[in-house]
Formats: sequence, structure tokens, C-alpha cells
Amino acid sequence: MTASTTARRPARPGLPLDTAAASSAPVWLVFGGVFAVAWLLVELNGGQFMTVENLQNMAVRSVALGLVAVGQTIVLIGGSLDLSVAYMVSVTAVGASFVMQGDPDRMALGVAVTLVLGVVVGLVNGLVVTGLRVNAFIATLGTSLVMSGILNALFTNFTGAVPRQFQGLGYQALGPVPVAVLLLLAVVALAWYLLRRTRFGYHLYAVGGSAEAARLSGVRTDRVVVTAHVLCSLTAVLTGLFLVSRLRSGAPWVGPDGGYDLESIAAAVVGGTALAGGRGGVAGTLAGVLILAVIDQVFNEFEVNAFLKTLIRGVIIVGAVALYAARSRRSEGSF
Amino acid sequence: MTATVAPPTGPAAERAGARARRLLRAVPPIWLVLAVVIVLIAWRNPTFVEPGPFLAFLRRCAPLAVLAAGQVFVIIAGEFDLSVGALVTAVVVVAARLSDGDSAATWWLIPLLLAAGAGVGLVNGLVTTRLRVPSFIATLGMLLVLNGAVFLWSGGAPRGSLADNFRQFGRFGINLPGLGQLPYAVLILLAVGVGLWLLLSHSRFGHQVYAAGGNPRAAALSGVDVPRVRTVAFVISGLAAVVAGILLGGFTGVTAEAGVGYEFQAIAAVVLGGAVLGGGRGSVGTALAGALTLQSVFTLLNLLGLAKSLRDAVQGLIIIGAAAYAAHRLRRSG
Repeated sequence: MTASTTARRPARPGLPLDTAAASSAPVWLVFGGVFAVAWLLVELNGGQFMTVENLQNMAVRSVALGLVAVGQTIVLIGGSLDLSVAYMVSVTAVGASFVMQGDPDRMALGVAVTLVLGVVVGLVNGLVVTGLRVNAFIATLGTSLVMSGILNALFTNFTGAVPRQFQGLGYQALGPVPVAVLLLLAVVALAWYLLRRTRFGYHLYAVGGSAEAARLSGVRTDRVVVTAHVLCSLTAVLTGLFLVSRLRSGAPWVGPDGGYDLESIAAAVVGGTALAGGRGGVAGTLAGVLILAVIDQVFNEFEVNAFLKTLIRGVIIVGAVALYAARSRRSEGSF
Repeated sequence: MTATVAPPTGPAAERAGARARRLLRAVPPIWLVLAVVIVLIAWRNPTFVEPGPFLAFLRRCAPLAVLAAGQVFVIIAGEFDLSVGALVTAVVVVAARLSDGDSAATWWLIPLLLAAGAGVGLVNGLVTTRLRVPSFIATLGMLLVLNGAVFLWSGGAPRGSLADNFRQFGRFGINLPGLGQLPYAVLILLAVGVGLWLLLSHSRFGHQVYAAGGNPRAAALSGVDVPRVRTVAFVISGLAAVVAGILLGGFTGVTAEAGVGYEFQAIAAVVLGGAVLGGGRGSVGTALAGALTLQSVFTLLNLLGLAKSLRDAVQGLIIIGAAAYAAHRLRRSG
């Protein structure tokens, strides 16, 4: 293949296992580098980086984005994407605190209601994408607008509250490890197992790599994509539950203010997942989320202006992806 | 397809009917939707279709329509531009800070802003095509950088003000006897629309844009410099965003939220017009119609007394419906 014919790279052949494993190692290396530089910078500045409090801080901050980024990774691998997660987070936060109303007996009901909402939204997203053949960008932008409209029409401010027991999810720790971090690790492990050890996972990589080829080899592609969307919405529900346990009460703006739609995509892509689908994994995404959290921690340590933070974040996201692009090009040897 | 589709022995009336149906099918459906929405608005509010109010409506549409006309180049070429909303905000905030109400500044300010917009588009294009960063991420990064840089520079809140001769483009117009005011914004929209339509539908470059988006590999093999075509598409989108920012600044004044949400609205307008994300399909005319439809639907929902939040919900349903219809048509036509 000559350089002039590589305008769009064809999907890579080979087992998804190999490509997934290959894509997460360099991200962890980058994370190691970022972590070391952050440590050095803070210590040189006379601060302390490796304190339990600092590490807990970073870990907890990673949880909200991390949970939903895992779901986003699953959808991205399937060649789709979900812009509705930010409002799914809001719907969950408001829904949970509205249903619970501070009553410990209604905790299970609140969680159940939000999980059902998550399944419904995921099904709608998936069916619009597969059944109506609407581009995922437009489909989930649309469902996001619908959710924001209904939510903002019904609620204008913080509504209801979650009981004290429920706040344990956000604030309790087992020894030095916050409960929420364990939840994130469990979700990552589960997603990893699902992607690498089950039929659904193999089918998902196949569909993301080439939907047509997967269909011709007997994969029910629509079902796989719908499942991926349901899983993604469910992780957004988990992020919403975690947030409301921290905030005690939900408001319609908690999701969009956190920027979970674009940030979760950015974290997954920084973690080596391909936007075009078929490549990536949750291990890389976890590293991507941690990279963003470490950088945030350094910004806080140096009291960097919020706007400068935004600017640097933009450069880092683009820079990381450019780096992977350059790397994968070299390894293919076409340039 | 020829006229023989209608039974040759049938009565003339039937043949005329078939011809009318075929003619109707040749018109992009978005124009029919736009017509229906405007009829509905006129039914609720008959003054809407009088020249004065209608021109005022077109003026309100102008920023989004210009953005959509620029965005359609990028989308046909197979990419996204998420940075236009941030660029609109940047134009308004930077213009206010640099000129601070000084009308003498306008004449160097506008070329400067256009150059900056072209620069932003160039960076988007180069990062996408040369560094191989997907445009979704590249322009998302640009969005963050622009938002961060502009407010870092202006200290968090927009300062200064826009000179009257800068604001006139979005605000005032030429007084026509009997018709009321013909807004400059409508004239600019017309000029931009015709210019970009000529460029896309009647130039070599335009054909290359379709080729680059429809099948980049085939385009490259037949000698199209795909990266360059895509980069130029981003530059056009950047320039359109600057024009939209100037119009919007004149219309609404200086706010930090001037361009918020415009990136999604512009993409929605283009998709309403029948363009397909992924590239190869779309046109300037239908993108403009998409923008007008979106804005007229807002007007209609407003007239019906729907709250702003429910308007968002309806907008979401419309976007999904339009995209589903476009996908359906695409499949039927093979």
C-alpha cells in the first residue's frame, strides 16, 4: 500500500484481543509519566503530593467521570457514541433524590427507578441508532435535548434529598480506600470481563471494526449496539447515583455542568479507544480518567486559573490523541 | 426517469398529476417542511408574513444560517466542526475588548477577526488531516482552548463594548419605502449563501468536497488532495463563524454566552437539511433551509406558549425525526 492510498485506514485485521491489549499499555506509561512529573512539580514547589488525602481526592474525583467513561468506551468500541449521558446523570440525580425524599426505606426504590430509567433511555438510544438508522451523534443529541427539556420543565432547582445512609456511597471508606473507588474498580473489572471474555465483547469489537463484515459472519449487529447503549446509560446512572450521594440532593444541571458527555468521550479517546470503533478498552479509559484527574490535582495545587485549566485541558486532549495517531502510523509503516 | 412512467393511454390530467408529484419529489423535503411551519405561524399570527416582521425573522435567523452554510462544507467533506460556538463567543468578546466602543476600530477589526477565524479553521484542518486527530476531538479541543483563552484574556467576564458601526450589521438595515427596513444581516446572509452555493455546487473545489467526503480513497486515487480540501472546508467554517459572530454581536450585544449551543444547532440545521454525517451528501441551500426551519419551529413553539425547556424537547424530537427520514430516503434510493 502506498502513502497516497491511505486516506482512510482500513480496519485492522486480527483478533480484537491483540488490538485491545496493545492499545492500553502506552496509556498507562503516559499515566506513569504524568504522575511522576506531577509528583516532582508539587514536591519542588514545596508541597506534598503522595499524601493519603491527596490520593483519595484524586481517586474520588475520578469516580464520577470514570464510571460513565467505562460505558462510553463500550459504546465507542461498538462504533457508536452517546452524547446523552450528561442528562442521564442529571435525570438520575434528580430522580433518585426526588423518589427517596430522605427516607432510608425508599433507597432501594430510588435506585430501582433510576436503573429502569437508564435501561429505557439506553434502549431508545440504541433503537433509534439501529432501527431508524440515525447517526448516533444526532440520535443521542436528540434524546439529550428531550431529557433536558422534560427535566427542566419539571424541576428548576435542588429537589428532595437522599438519606444519610445513601451518602455512605460518596463518603465512606474501607480502610484507606473510599467505597466509591471500589465501585469504580468493580465496574471496570466487570466491563473488562464483558469485553474480553464473553461473546458479546467479541461481537462488539467485530461490529465496531466493520458492521457489514460482522453482519455477514452472522453477528446480530443491531442487538449488540442496543446492548452497548443500554450498558452505557446504566453507567451514567451509576455516575448520577454517586454524584447525588455526594451532593445529598439532585439538580437538573449537575450532569451538563460536569460536562460528562464530551469529557467521557475525551477520557476514552485519551485512553486509546478509537472514535471510529473496533479498537480500545476500559483499562486504557481508566488510565485516561486518572491522567485527567492527576492534571486537575496539579492545577489545584498551583491554584491555576480556571480558564487556563480549560485551555490546557484542550491542548492535552488533542496532544494525546495526536501522539497515538503518530504512533499507530509508525507501527503500520505506511508513512 | 421519463414521462412514460404515467400510463401512456391515461387521461391528460393523470399525467399532469404524475408530473406534479415528480416535481414535488425533486424539491428537497426540508423546503416543504419550512413552508408548512411558516403557514402554521401565519395562521396563529397573520402579521408574521408581512414584509417587516418577516424580514425581522430572517434577521434573527441570519447567524445560525451563516453558521450552517459554513458547517455544511465540513460535514460534506466527512468531518465535524464543534468549535464554531466557541468561535462565535470569542468574536463577540474579543471585538468588544479590542475596540471598546471606538467606531474607528471597526475597519481594521473585521479583517482581523476574519483572519483569526481563518486561522482557527486552518488549525482545526491541519490537526485533523496532518496529525490524524479525529475532527470530533480536534475541534472539541479547539472549543476548550478558545473558551479558556478568551476568558483568560478578558479576565472572566466580557469587558468593553461594541461600536455602533460594528453593531449595525446585525441590528440595522436599509429603509425601503413601503417595505420597512431591509436588514443588513439579511443582505449578508444572501451574499454568503449565494457565494458558498456557487463554491460548493458550481466549482471544481465543490466537487472535490463531495468526493473527499463520499469516498476519500477514490477521491485520493483520482488526484484530489483530500487533506487540503478538508482543511479548506474547516477554514470556510471558521470564516462563517466569524461572520455569524459579528451578526450576533450586533443583534444581542456583548455576553459571555453569545455562542453557547450554536455548534450543535448548526450541525442540527445541516442534518435537518438532509446532509448525512459521515460525508458526501448535503447542500448549502438545504442547510440554509434547515437553519430557517429550526428557527421558525422555535418561533412557532413560542407562539403556542411552550416553555423554553419544552422547546428543547421538541427540538430533540424534530432532529431525530429529520435524520430518520433522511436515512429512510437514502436507503430507498439505494
